[in-house]
Amino acid sequence: MKKHDAIVIGAGHNGITNAAFLAKAGLDVLLVEKNDYIGGATVSRNLHEDWIYSNCSYVCSLLRPEIYRTLDLAKYGLQVVPYGGTVTISQNGDYLGSYIDHDVSRREMARHSHRDADADVRYWRDIMRQCRFIRQFLLRTAPDPASFKPRDLLELLHIGRKFWGLGENVIYDTMRFYTMSISDFLDEYFENPLIKAAHAGSGIIGSALGVMSPGTAYVLLHHAMGDVDGTVGSWGFARGGMGAISKAMHDCYIDHGGQTLAGSGVDQIVVKNGKVTGVALENGDEHHADIVVSNMTLPRTFLECMDPADLRPEFLDKCRNFKIRGSSGKLNIALDGVPKFTALRDNQELMYTDMHLIDSIERLERAYDDWKDGTWSRDPYIDMLIPTLTDPTMAPPGKHFMSVFVQYVPPKVKGKDWTDADRDAFGQTVMNQIEAYAPGFKDLVVHAEVRTPRELENEVGLTEGNIFQGELTMDQLLFNRPIPGYAQYRGPVKGLWMCGSSNHPGGGVMAAPGANAAREILMSLRKPSNVPEGWLDD
Amino acid sequence: MRTVHYHSREHYRDKVFPGPFYSRQKALNVNREWSRWYDYLSVPAYSCSTTEYFAGRNACAVFDLTPMTKHRIGGPDALPFLNRLVTRDVARIKPGRVGYAVWCNDEGQVIDDGTIFHLREGDYRLCSQEHQIDWLMINALGFDVTIVEDTHDVAGLAVQGPTSCAVLKRMGLAGVENITPFGIDFFDFEGTELTVSRTGYTGDLGYELWIDPGHAEILWDRVFEAGELHNIRPMGSDALEMLRIEAGFILAAEDFMPAMQTVRPSHTRSPFELGLGWLVDFNKPLFNGRKALLTEKENGSRYALVKLDIEDNKPANHSYVFDMKEKNIGWVTSAMWSPSAKKNIALATVEAPHGKVGEEMQVEIYYQRELKWSRIMARAKVVKDAFWDPPRRRQTPPADY
Ligand SMILES: Cc1cc2nc3c(=O)[nH]c(=O)nc-3n(C[C@H](O)[C@H](O)[C@H](O)COP(=O)(O)OP(=O)(O)OC[C@H]3O[C@@H](n4cnc5c(N)ncnc54)[C@H](O)[C@@H]3O)c2cc1C
Repeated sequence: MKKHDAIVIGAGHNGITNAAFLAKAGLDVLLVEKNDYIGGATVSRNLHEDWIYSNCSYVCSLLRPEIYRTLDLAKYGLQVVPYGGTVTISQNGDYLGSYIDHDVSRREMARHSHRDADADVRYWRDIMRQCRFIRQFLLRTAPDPASFKPRDLLELLHIGRKFWGLGENVIYDTMRFYTMSISDFLDEYFENPLIKAAHAGSGIIGSALGVMSPGTAYVLLHHAMGDVDGTVGSWGFARGGMGAISKAMHDCYIDHGGQTLAGSGVDQIVVKNGKVTGVALENGDEHHADIVVSNMTLPRTFLECMDPADLRPEFLDKCRNFKIRGSSGKLNIALDGVPKFTALRDNQELMYTDMHLIDSIERLERAYDDWKDGTWSRDPYIDMLIPTLTDPTMAPPGKHFMSVFVQYVPPKVKGKDWTDADRDAFGQTVMNQIEAYAPGFKDLVVHAEVRTPRELENEVGLTEGNIFQGELTMDQLLFNRPIPGYAQYRGPVKGLWMCGSSNHPGGGVMAAPGANAAREILMSLRKPSNVPEGWLDD
Repeated sequence: MRTVHYHSREHYRDKVFPGPFYSRQKALNVNREWSRWYDYLSVPAYSCSTTEYFAGRNACAVFDLTPMTKHRIGGPDALPFLNRLVTRDVARIKPGRVGYAVWCNDEGQVIDDGTIFHLREGDYRLCSQEHQIDWLMINALGFDVTIVEDTHDVAGLAVQGPTSCAVLKRMGLAGVENITPFGIDFFDFEGTELTVSRTGYTGDLGYELWIDPGHAEILWDRVFEAGELHNIRPMGSDALEMLRIEAGFILAAEDFMPAMQTVRPSHTRSPFELGLGWLVDFNKPLFNGRKALLTEKENGSRYALVKLDIEDNKPANHSYVFDMKEKNIGWVTSAMWSPSAKKNIALATVEAPHGKVGEEMQVEIYYQRELKWSRIMARAKVVKDAFWDPPRRRQTPPADY
């Protein structure tokens, strides 16, 4: 019976990253994926004729450049092309554009509020301060504040020093920032409803919280803390769709001798005498290793793929209470041409950018009210892009792929499981919303993939459809992620590790949880670490 | 003509706009190179920055300063508002006078510097480098003031140099020679009001002319007609940069980071650290940053901004500054070879307690000769006065050159 050094469950980008670092360090690694394709939520798929969709995640910024470099993803074909700007389209036929050019952006804001245009400088200064603080903890294991191990104490000291180094006033701001709602936070800078709405969106993306819920200011930071080529807060397209990222990682993994089994998922993580011994697959096969790393969500790992008898009840209870509520849906649409948004007239430049349909904080909050009521938002917040205006590889010339992210979509409809009819009705709500801003849009639609939390859970394994593998709130961040005492990627059973986005520093195509977990595993094996750590000042 | 319209949806089609003097600048800008200054096209050099610089020191140089951020501040509380905003006592800037000022946040860190024009009783113009409306409105809470940014509604033309007064006199501005330094006067000009202040960014005799943009072109024409006999030249921003360094004037975002855009909190500066302690008036009971500045005055500052007179002839741009024991104590923020002082000069930031007048330091200069880079350590000395400060700057009436 062959035994591997390590088995990684799930070929999401974090699972692959983890496997790649372990393989690079010389371990015999087996990667097991339930789907017959790899990537998890970082995937490109061909579902209709010559179109390729970024089926889940659609834009890249958080991917840690240190990992990009160390795994030599450029050599394995990855290209990330930055796009500039955003546009927020309002119902009254106007819009707010933001452009790469600073002066044009300032004038555009001034068109709506002269004062806000100026306040934007203060706003970004404060956001960048928080970014600088959090960015240094991404490629680092969070210290356990309750531990007295020298390493944890040193790490705590490190955080403390960075924290005090911020200066008195920034410390006040930081404490407030992590607990504030995005709406309250924006009120401290801006007066114009459209400008506030434009900034607020990233405070709720992927979150089952409303713009007025405490904690959403951090969610905004989570979207601003990435960079493309050192420009913090900037986003880009992975050429060929987001799957190009997992593909490059996977090619690197294979190049270092890794093996992958796709098409049959793990049914059980096998534990004997308090130690993991391997995995049993749905197809009946068993594979063995002393190290098993799970890229699955926290609940899926412990509540679905393990025998409760192998786990402490208190631990299981915490897994059950982990906040991982679905809040988002997505439409991937093949288009026959470029839709025309009435408000944009012929402003072609903004079509290349991240487009939002929203105009006030109140509308965003009402969209959330629907979620609480157990339905998808009747007037949903939409975040959409047409990557094919930039990337020539995803659709035939003149045809386009439109990625439409939708907030809010509940994990269950009025307490009941989603049906196909519900899904289609949700899809229609979104199509109608876009049509209202871009008459004739529906006529351009050639094919659409509609994804509700049900599809995200069934296909990607994201529990309840939560896109970040767990809510990004203070009680589930840093040393509290996923649960206190287990923030260092080490599971509750010997040999069991966790490397998915349920872990610090959380969701997004960042590859940090996967890399951090690999560093910890190698350390436990007393092997030299090949995983980058820390952060280059920017 | 006002050329920037914030309210037009179509503004994005142009990243930058022609200023009110554009037609005249375009004709004279034989280099055909333009730079950007916020919303406007600006000229780095019309034909040769050295010639333009010397026009400013030897005859008369004309610079378009329309893009400078301008605000009009009025209303019953204008004075108490300004007095709480800036560190100096604004009550001492009488009508018809201009005062240089800095303003700070609560931590006593400089947000920007600028000039306050007391145009007429209770009617002020505040000129600044950075955009300030957000900060001004935050400060206006509870005050009966009116604040408008009127950058695009006022065209500004700097007429600087030894023959500048003669030019303005020939233009027919009767009595212009009686304006004292930092004084303001008003003239009828082609059916509108022309405001003339004896101010500038060159450290020499010079004036700034303010007019509605609709009269910009005719103003330019009259100035140049009158200037023909006085060797007038248009001047670009490269020459102005040389003039201001020689005069020892600091520039926001170059010699210091404005606090509103500084992400790393320790990278801001207080007025004391910029050599502007003379602008801080603790006799005022309350103003932004007073408490922090008082503490700093008692406990000492972290940095000093110094003027350096450097041996050797190679400009010390971007250089590190060392003490005589080779310890790194700071860096150069602006540097040049001064053609008028015939000195190698620089403005630098050094850590306290360094920076005393007369202190010797060293500057690490990288320079290139026929592509080859070399490095020298040059001795430097902290000096007190501006590198260029001719008596004609203060003389009233100025001599007729
Ligand atoms: C709709 C959507 C839009 C998003 N948009 C963005 C975006 O634009 N930018 C961004 O940065 N982030 C975005 N995200 C978030 C980001 O995609 C995820 O946080 C990230 O991809 C998660 O990666 P992961 O490797 O941690 O987990 P996953 O991608 O969830 O990978 C888990 C893997 O485990 C597999 N698996 C599950 N169960 C089993 C089993 N029993 N046996 C074997 N394999 C199993 C799954 O099939 C999957 O491949 C989005 C997410 C979604 C869903």
